[in-house]
Amino acid sequence: MTAQAPAASKASRRKPTRRSRWWGEVGWKYPFAALIIFYAAFPLVFVLSASLDESGSLSGTETLFSSFSLANYQALNDTLFWTWVGNTLVIGIAAAIGAVLMGAAAAYAFSRFRFKGRRGSLTGLLILQMFPQTIAFVAIFLLLISLGEVVPALGIDSKIALICVYLGTALGANTFLMYGFFNSIPMEMDEAAKIDGASHAQIFWGMIIPLVRPVLAVVGLLAFVSAFGDFILARIVLVSNDNWTLAVGMYQWVSDQLTARWGIFSAGTVIAAIPVLVLFLALQRYIVGGLTAGSVKG
Amino acid sequence: MSTDTAEQAPAPNKESLARGLTGMGWGFVVKLLLMMVVNALGVAGIMAAWNAQAWIILGASVVFLVAADWVYFSRRALPLKYIYPGLIFLLVFQVFAMGYTAYVATTNYGAGHQGTMEQAVDAALIQSEREVEGSASYPLAVVRDGDTLGFAISEDGVVEVGTADQPLAEVGGSVDDTGRPTEVAGWEIVERGALLSDQELAQQVTDLRVPVSDNADDGSLRTREGSTAKVYRSSLEWDEGAKTLTDVDSGVVYSANEYGTFVGDDGSTLPAGWYVNVGFENFTRAVTDTDYREPLIRVTLWTFAFAFLTVASSFLLGLLFALVFNDERVRGRKVLRTLFILPYAFPAFLTALLWRGMLNPEFGIINKWFFFGADINWLGDPWLAKFSILFVNLWLSFPYWFLVCTGALQSLSSETMEAAQIDGAGRWRQFRSITFPLLLVSTAPLAIASFAFNFNNFTIIYMLTNGGPRFDDTSVPLGATDILITAIYQISGVAGGRADYGLAAALSIVVFVVVGIVSAIAFRQTKKLEEF
Repeated sequence: MTAQAPAASKASRRKPTRRSRWWGEVGWKYPFAALIIFYAAFPLVFVLSASLDESGSLSGTETLFSSFSLANYQALNDTLFWTWVGNTLVIGIAAAIGAVLMGAAAAYAFSRFRFKGRRGSLTGLLILQMFPQTIAFVAIFLLLISLGEVVPALGIDSKIALICVYLGTALGANTFLMYGFFNSIPMEMDEAAKIDGASHAQIFWGMIIPLVRPVLAVVGLLAFVSAFGDFILARIVLVSNDNWTLAVGMYQWVSDQLTARWGIFSAGTVIAAIPVLVLFLALQRYIVGGLTAGSVKG
Repeated sequence: MSTDTAEQAPAPNKESLARGLTGMGWGFVVKLLLMMVVNALGVAGIMAAWNAQAWIILGASVVFLVAADWVYFSRRALPLKYIYPGLIFLLVFQVFAMGYTAYVATTNYGAGHQGTMEQAVDAALIQSEREVEGSASYPLAVVRDGDTLGFAISEDGVVEVGTADQPLAEVGGSVDDTGRPTEVAGWEIVERGALLSDQELAQQVTDLRVPVSDNADDGSLRTREGSTAKVYRSSLEWDEGAKTLTDVDSGVVYSANEYGTFVGDDGSTLPAGWYVNVGFENFTRAVTDTDYREPLIRVTLWTFAFAFLTVASSFLLGLLFALVFNDERVRGRKVLRTLFILPYAFPAFLTALLWRGMLNPEFGIINKWFFFGADINWLGDPWLAKFSILFVNLWLSFPYWFLVCTGALQSLSSETMEAAQIDGAGRWRQFRSITFPLLLVSTAPLAIASFAFNFNNFTIIYMLTNGGPRFDDTSVPLGATDILITAIYQISGVAGGRADYGLAAALSIVVFVVVGIVSAIAFRQTKKLEEF
């Protein structure tokens, strides 16, 4: 009823007024959107153009798509770029799997069992996850030096050590996101399974995990993206350049010789960013939900 | 942590019933295998810690291993079975790291103060090693076993081999006329030619010190060119009882002072020191030391300004876009939304590096496209660099706020708006009195979280400007765009430069406190605790 009234009054108006009203209220938003899209996208178009530029340096990149050559992409083969991609994938995927498993297991315990200290532990986790691990990087650095003297695989310049450091935040960051999701699965299902003779492990692996797959995907993706984007810890832990992740390695390119290495940097950026971009846009609904529920990127 | 409560009591019974029906399931076998691996690794770690004499690591490993076995083989620890793995990582790499930060903050750990007093003594002894005058020179064969390098010499026809860790000891082998070993049992002789062609190997050989015997006073064998070895002995002598080092050449006696340094009776100091507890000195130094005071005040002010301005600007821009495009009459909103959030989907560190190139004064497209090729040094001027950082971070994070505000606007009840409309409120009045306050309620916790995040936004600052341009009126390596976390990074020296872990950790504590206060405010806002 309410929606019909303005529509009817609009129809009775004279045509020219209606058009100018449309421009004043809706039409101007299209050019405005074009402006925003230009603002949001021109750096990305620029980097794509620079990656296809045959000169491979920053000078002369101001004319978009002035040449088309894959030389920069081929030049990546002469660098450690693909090693870094491999390292980033290994570290990111390991951190993601670890975060998903540990977070899911803890969320299951907090959601399904009633035990002494449960509330306290949840509160403690909530408080802990507010303090970013990166602030303690000095202590982590010194800790890894000491650990490395005992077990070299857990010392400085070890990928395993970096994965362990990332896993340190698995419980704090993810338990809450999952806890809420787990709580939305009715307890009656557990009880039915128990009556059928299922153990707590069978309920967890066989029933709960398949039901919470969406949240597992989100947590895994967030953990991967945060490992992918981490610079400070990776930079401290990984010393030798064949152990570096993309963030450390590409920073080195740009900080050393920004102008001369712009071509390979652009090509590397396109390769590194496209999978993340596609994943992010495909899953934007879930990620935005997860972001507003706790962790922030921007 | 005791985990048994009355309400949980029936659970173990059911579990044992289930196990009784299915027998030893494959789940139990998997658990057993996993625990065997865990125990093997744990015992290996404990033994390694024993060998390295790392008592704290040893103790922690024992506790963790025993606890793991208890948790997974006891029926009384059901919830812990699920929490334990994550808990270990949390305890070691987050809780301990935070506690350790607090501890380091009260020490003078850093360049010149590393390790324990014993280690400092060893370092001092090595640093003051001189060739023993008149010592015999031994024809030398450099030997290797895998990656371990050693020296082989002969005394009266008997071959002796030693490495950096093992003093000289007899082994089987043969020598030539000059007394140089030609065959050493269990070792491979490194040819002279290999030393000449391999720079890295040659460096390792000249750095190698092989103790003559278990007694450090006997000195050690070293070589300059790889063919003859001479005995080197420290010019310092360590007096265990008096805790003094005596220079046998000059007679200067160095004694330990309370700051972890050896000070000679002539006032000179030795470069090697150990770290000691200095109480709150690091905190007072940050605010009183003339070198640090001024830069740190400027860095702190900029940290707050940056975190606030970047949240405010991206929030307002995102809100504006959300208000404009939260309009059902605009077509293709899904496509528009996807295009708007492109910057957000782009990895943040690549954004910063990309803009670093685009803002390059000489070749960057910002100057070429938008400023007619003017030579504006965006990242080289203190104020322009600050502006650039805010601008780049705005580009990076407005989509987040666009998404958040769009979501919040859509969840506002349309009845309130209609009521306001009927009451004759204009569009501006509606926004100012209804939409905006309601929006603030739902987005304030996120704004606070975003403030805390940007307060420690290392990546954007370090990758875009490196903290520069440097302050030119101080020797401290800090700059106009440094925020606290990048300043801590510079001061700590973890990536090179003069290390001052103590001061860096003290500043970390300050950041912890700020983040804690900010989080406490957010905590009260969201009242998340009420959910459970």
